[in-house]
This record gives sequence, structure tokens and C-alpha cells, in this order.
Amino acid sequence: MPALSIGEFVKQVKMEKIDVLENTHLILDEIKSSNEEFSHFNLIAEEFALQQANEIEAEIKTGRHRGRLLGVPISVKDCVCVKGIESKAGSKILSGYKPTFDATVIERLKVEGAIIIGKTSQDEFGFGSFSVNTGIGFPVPKNPLDKNRSCGGSSGGSAGFTALTNLTHASIAESTGGSIACPASFCGVVGFTPTYGRVSRYGLIDYANSLDKIGTMGKSVEDAALLLEIIAGPDTKDSTSLQNAIGEYSNADSNIRGIKIGVVKELNEKCDESIRQVTGEAIMKLRKEEAEVVDVSLPLNSTYGMAAYYLISMSEASTNLARYCGMRYGLHQKLQGSFNQYFTRVRSSGFGKEAKRRILLGTFARMSGFRDAYYLKAMKVRTKLINEFKEVFKKVDLLVHPTMPIVAPKFDEIAKLTPLQNYAMDLCTIPANLAGLPHISVNAGSSKKMPVGLMLTADHLQEQKLVRAAKAVEEVVK
Amino acid sequence: MKIDKELLLKVAENARLELSQREIKEFLPQLREILESFSKLDVLDVSQEKPSFQPLPLKNVFRDDKVEKCLSQKEALSNTKHKKDGYFLGPKVV
Repeated sequence: MPALSIGEFVKQVKMEKIDVLENTHLILDEIKSSNEEFSHFNLIAEEFALQQANEIEAEIKTGRHRGRLLGVPISVKDCVCVKGIESKAGSKILSGYKPTFDATVIERLKVEGAIIIGKTSQDEFGFGSFSVNTGIGFPVPKNPLDKNRSCGGSSGGSAGFTALTNLTHASIAESTGGSIACPASFCGVVGFTPTYGRVSRYGLIDYANSLDKIGTMGKSVEDAALLLEIIAGPDTKDSTSLQNAIGEYSNADSNIRGIKIGVVKELNEKCDESIRQVTGEAIMKLRKEEAEVVDVSLPLNSTYGMAAYYLISMSEASTNLARYCGMRYGLHQKLQGSFNQYFTRVRSSGFGKEAKRRILLGTFARMSGFRDAYYLKAMKVRTKLINEFKEVFKKVDLLVHPTMPIVAPKFDEIAKLTPLQNYAMDLCTIPANLAGLPHISVNAGSSKKMPVGLMLTADHLQEQKLVRAAKAVEEVVK
Repeated sequence: MKIDKELLLKVAENARLELSQREIKEFLPQLREILESFSKLDVLDVSQEKPSFQPLPLKNVFRDDKVEKCLSQKEALSNTKHKKDGYFLGPKVV
């Protein structure tokens, strides 16, 4: 039996047809039995989840209903801080770190009665597209549809478990350059990344401040949209959070008559033929629903997006990761040697390989003598790339292309890729992320028995349009 | 720009990372290849562009100037093993 939607689940909890404590036990049992094989969780918050479930059950018995996520099990990417629950962003350098506060998104989930069940696995700090760059000592999550293949990254555990479970569940994920859309595509679930600043980043373990966006994953557009609606909105604790009203979009209909959709020529062309076939069919079906489909071109974004993105993200990452020095939290060693010797020792043994590569490249790009040519140049290129999007959005409402150029690759295929070839896999997801544009990946069918995601992108703050079109895709590919 | 071993070690020192011989051997050609691909941006004229440090223009928002609850000393020190008399204990500075 397919999982109930969040809306339906909550209704049944309120009618006391579903016992929250029983349901929480059920999902925890599933995680415990599947995690050895699939490693979707870095931490299973059993005691914490049961405590929340007990509290909610007690409230329900006295007639109090907390809200829109009453009793709904929600998993959280490891990089989002949950008070008292070890939160490591998949890195050894954060070993033992138990935040003394909740991220704003977690506060908002709790208010609505969600049950936080654990921390999902990811590439260390989000540094990857296949969740194989996990920190030292962290297992690699496996795709529930084929254990020899990747879940995608960096929010791999979130997507993997969302696909695996048959119970009602959604996940808090995070994207810097495509870390929600990519795993959603590879696992066949919905991944929703909001406009930059829509969701507070307070309590997020940063990767790159001007790019990081907390978003959601669900089994359906409706679930992912509802969760986003709940966590979005201004926050005084994050000076970059937007003041704009959120709007209600999870209940939007799927009517796309007259909506103008632009197929991004250059991104489409770079994808595998078998992928294009699947997404092309879905787009044809949207045309039948009377959407107006045209070809559009993003020559600058498709040519220069990757270089600008990696320069900016690595530069910002290298400053963010400077805070990990083994003194105040996380990995500790014996206090020996000078200031610099101690920090260097802790950092060299705590960061994984990809983290080191990105710290080195980012530090280089910001060093005096190179800063203008690399870091600042990339920031100026970003202006050009954003302007190119703004011009295209004068002509169309939404953009569409495959989320990833391939289906989920096998681990032995990934092992053969150089770091640069790895980075190139993000070619379709990078432009929207670099420009802070909201986007959603929704399943469009499958190729070689593996899911293929279709990515829809809207102009800043136009999440509502995305939900409508994504629901239409969901319906036509059913 | 071609990065050599000397520059790599300088960058690593700035980043407070000590690289093993194996890491140097592995990283050097990889970083060269990556930086080479970044030089693609050289052909773009951005002399008229302002940098986009954020993807959207942000307004400066001020919080009301009122006293709020903050972390207690005990909470602030709860994640470290290196503490003494209510302070963080660090490595030797001089």
C-alpha cells in the first residue's frame, strides 16, 4: 500500500485512527533494520523520537492538536542542527558535537508536531554529488532501487530513505549546487529547493553562505511543498532571510493551461540520449495539458556556470571550515604544541579528502595576488549569469531540463571519475543554484529501471508556479 | 596559473592543513586540472559588472535592540573537553 500523504496522515491521527507512538515505533524499526544495508542515517534518534511521540500522544488524549505535521516522522540532513542530537554534517571533525540550540527549521517543525527520527547521511559538508565523499569513518548510503548504485548527493540519505520507506515520511535536505535535486532524481522522489533566503539558514552547518538553501524532499509534490511552506519565512536570526510573504502553495492545483515553459537547449543537449527521451516524453505530455512549450537558450550559464559556481562555493567553504580547530566543539586531541601546530594536527586528521581539496582550492582563490583573478572574477561572472536568467524569464514562466545527465551511476563507475569529472555531473543543477532560483526535481519515468528526474526552475520567489507544474508532471507520468 | 608544489604547500599552510607526501602527489595534478578548467572565465569581460556577493539584493534588516536569552556559560562550554574555571582551554599562543 502506498504511503498516506502528510495531509491524510495528520487527518487520521486527529481522528485517532493512527496511533502516533505505534507509528513511530514502526518507522524506527524499519530504519534500524534497513540501515545496516543502506546507511541512509548517520544517527537514529530513537529515544528522542519516542519521547516526542509520547508527548504528542499525551496531547492528543487531552484534545490538543499541535499542527500540520502532527505525528509525522521527519528525517533531517546531518548538517542541520537539532538540539541535543549529535549533528556532524557527515564529518569526523564534528565528532561528538551536540548543538545547544535548534535550527530555525527544526523549531518550526516541532511547533507543528513533527517527530524528528534521525540525521541522514551526506557527503562531508555537502561536498559531492554521489554521497561517496562521506567523512572519515562514515558509510556511503546506497540507492534503495539498486544497492550497487549511488543515492546521489549530497543529501543522499534523505532521498534514499524517502524512496525506501512505505510509511508517511518527508525529509529536510539542503542544496548548495544541486544537493537536493540530484539525489531526488536518482532515487525517484521529489526534491524542492526554494529561492535563496526563503528558508532561514540559522542552525545550518554552512558549506557556502551565499549558495546554501535548506529545502525539502517527499514522496509527492504536495508533501514536499507542505514541508517547505512550514519551514519558510523571515527569521530575525538570519540576516539573509527574505521578508516576503510565503504564500500557500501546497494545495495548488495542477492546471498549467497557458503556462509558458522553456526547454533549456544547451543543458538538454548535454544529457544522455536515454535521459532526454524520458524527459522529452514528459514535456510532450505537458504540451497536451495546454502548456506552451518553447526552446530557450542559456549560453553563458551552460558554459561558465560550473567554473563560477565551484570558485565561489570553494572560496566560501574554505572560510567556513576555518572555524574547525578542535577547541570549542567537535574533534578534540591532546593539547600539545603551539596554536598553529595544534589546529593543523586536528584539521589534517579530521577532514576527508574532498574537504581538503576544496579548502585548498578555496584558500588559493582568495589569496592575495589571486583573489581578483579567481574569487572576485567569479562573483562578477555570477552577475552576468543572473542577468541572463532574468532576460529569459521575461519570455517564459518556467524552465525545464533533465535534473541529471545520467541515471544513478554504479559505485565502480564513480570510482573511475577524476574530481573534475565529478564536478561536471552537476552541469544542469548548478545554474539555478548559483542564481538562487527556486527549483524542483520530480520523477519523469525511468531508464534502465532507474528513475529519471525532470527539473523545473522558476524566477525568484515564484515557488507557487513550480508546485503547479510539478503536480502536472506527477499526474501526466502516472 | 600553474600551481606547483611550493605554492601548494604555501596554500596548505595558510589553510592550516598538513599534507602527506601521498596527498601532495595526488592533489597536485588534480588541482592543476581543476584550476585550468576555471581559467575558462578569463575570456569573459566583466569590467562593467558589479560582483554578486548574494544572488538576490538584500535589505539590511535590524533586530529590535532588546536583551534576549543567550547561551549560559555552562552551555557554551558543553561541547569541549578543553576547559578550565569556566573558560575554554587552548593551545599555547606564545
